[in-house]
Amino acid sequence: MTDNINEKEIAPESQEGIATESKVMKKRDVDKVSKKQVAVKVLVQIGLYTFLVIMALIVLFPFYWMIISSLKSLEEYNAAVPTLWPQQFKWSNYSAAFDADGLNLGRLFLNTCIVGIVSTLLSLVVTVLAAYAFARLEFKGKNIMFAALLATMMIPGELFTITNYLTVSAFQWKNTFTVLIVPFLVSVFYIYLLRQNFLQIPNELYLAAKVDGTSDLKYLWKVMIPLSAPTLISITILKMMGAWNSYIWPRLVANDMAHRLITVGLRGATFTDPLTNMTDYPAQMAAVVIVTIPLLLVFLFFRKYIMRGVSRSGIKG
Amino acid sequence: MKKKNQWKAWLYLLPTLLIIAVFTVWPIINTIRMSLLKNYDSLREIGGASFEFGFANFVSVAKYKGFLNCLGNTMILCVVTVPISTMLALVIAVALNSIKFVRKTLQTIFFLPYVTNSIAIGMVFMAMFTMIGYAPGHEPASVGIINSIIEAFGGTRINWVNAGSGKLENMVVLVIYIVWNALPFKILVLLGGLQSVNKQYYDAAKVDGTSRFRTFWRITVPLLSPMIAYVVITGFIGGFKEYSSIVGIFGDGMGPAGAAGSLNTMVGFIYDNLDTNQGRASAAALILFVIIFVVTMINMWVSKKKVHY
Repeated sequence: MTDNINEKEIAPESQEGIATESKVMKKRDVDKVSKKQVAVKVLVQIGLYTFLVIMALIVLFPFYWMIISSLKSLEEYNAAVPTLWPQQFKWSNYSAAFDADGLNLGRLFLNTCIVGIVSTLLSLVVTVLAAYAFARLEFKGKNIMFAALLATMMIPGELFTITNYLTVSAFQWKNTFTVLIVPFLVSVFYIYLLRQNFLQIPNELYLAAKVDGTSDLKYLWKVMIPLSAPTLISITILKMMGAWNSYIWPRLVANDMAHRLITVGLRGATFTDPLTNMTDYPAQMAAVVIVTIPLLLVFLFFRKYIMRGVSRSGIKG
Repeated sequence: MKKKNQWKAWLYLLPTLLIIAVFTVWPIINTIRMSLLKNYDSLREIGGASFEFGFANFVSVAKYKGFLNCLGNTMILCVVTVPISTMLALVIAVALNSIKFVRKTLQTIFFLPYVTNSIAIGMVFMAMFTMIGYAPGHEPASVGIINSIIEAFGGTRINWVNAGSGKLENMVVLVIYIVWNALPFKILVLLGGLQSVNKQYYDAAKVDGTSRFRTFWRITVPLLSPMIAYVVITGFIGGFKEYSSIVGIFGDGMGPAGAAGSLNTMVGFIYDNLDTNQGRASAAALILFVIIFVVTMINMWVSKKKVHY
């Protein structure tokens, strides 16, 4: 094998040996040009990497600053010259974050998990049923209704919020978990996404199942759902992230301790050092880390699903 | 069988339709109704008050204190952040597309800001820009990390976010934060577009000896134009609804200490009026909707002329 390759490589060289001088000149010119090209290519690559690494550092800087700040002592944090690495890791900032005035992180975690899990499960059921009806079942006005649903996506959510606020007040839903779950159970976009997925599953499978006497629900459960698992996972993760990040609506309608969500609690808490009466930034940053890390972990585990879902939706959460 | 399917389909759709009817369709109708009743307040309506019908809310909203400020802030943030973040995302996406080594890692890093809580990271930006222990006329304990970096490069410190800070400085911080936050989505979409571009165009350009700069403007940008149009349109829609990044940095006072409300936006204006004057809030929400609708239409019209499919 190796001999063969060597022969092939040597062959042009030996031809070159018997070439006229002018031909050799030409070859040299070509060498020069390609050397120049290689040099340009290397320079461009160096430039690209320099640019990308600088941008990446800028993107990462807030994360770095958040983490090292959460481990500094208050004196070190407030020093005139900021340090780029904690002199001593002060882990007690994290317990201070849990004890901060009116924060009660444990409760906030619990509330957010309850709302996140329940709303995701219910929303999956509602979305699957609706997507199935639009993809597989025949009924009058199907296309018009689907178009009307899609049209509502153009309207900014703030337009609904005013009336929804009055509605949930009238229902006496304020300061309950219901108010955080029910109004957002239907996402037209997720129905659309799943319907497209369902449509890709060949109709023959459905007809075969019908011949076998399989019920619609059983077919949905045994065939459609397993085949659409990636989309369902994307929806699940985005929905959970939504609960974790939601701020405006929860602050408006469920801002009591028993139902407060984590983002609302974080923004509302005050971190004051009792001795100096100054803002205790390290404790605040520790709380921020506690809120941020779970999302980053979920992202690292489910990168593919999140990026897939996001590139198609264009919405955050 | 057909008939059976009919009612079955409606059964499958029932939960969706119920929720949509109560929380989407009714709000559309009711928002229009409330916007046409002068200074509508639902509590007073229950108490038996009646409201004058007409366009009074739309007239008064424009005169109402803070509205023009909110509208201006929203416009400025939109017009400044969308082009910056789109250009930057485009350059980063092109750069990412022309490297191989550690590309996946860099891609992951650039996506990180997306999976964060915009309130939480806003607080980090506040911590980075703030001067610790500062009061007007009082020397701060520390000028903060950003000012320290500026001073290390020979600049002078700037009052970015503390009491007495100028609107320009506040806006710069907001723009940096919003761009930081907006990059991941745009990079993701543009990189996805780049990867589906036919390599032949680039080979042809190479053969012709076209410069990189020219290749970028004459080949990459036109071929990517559908994706660029998409990120610009979604960017404008998001920009007009800007609210939580300001809350993240400045708290729900929507401004630096002593200047609450100075950085308020359209969405903030709606929420401020939500409790007591739903007529005015509804009028503002409809104005916001019309603005978003018109800007989206203009964007689509421009992209129809410029976008290369």
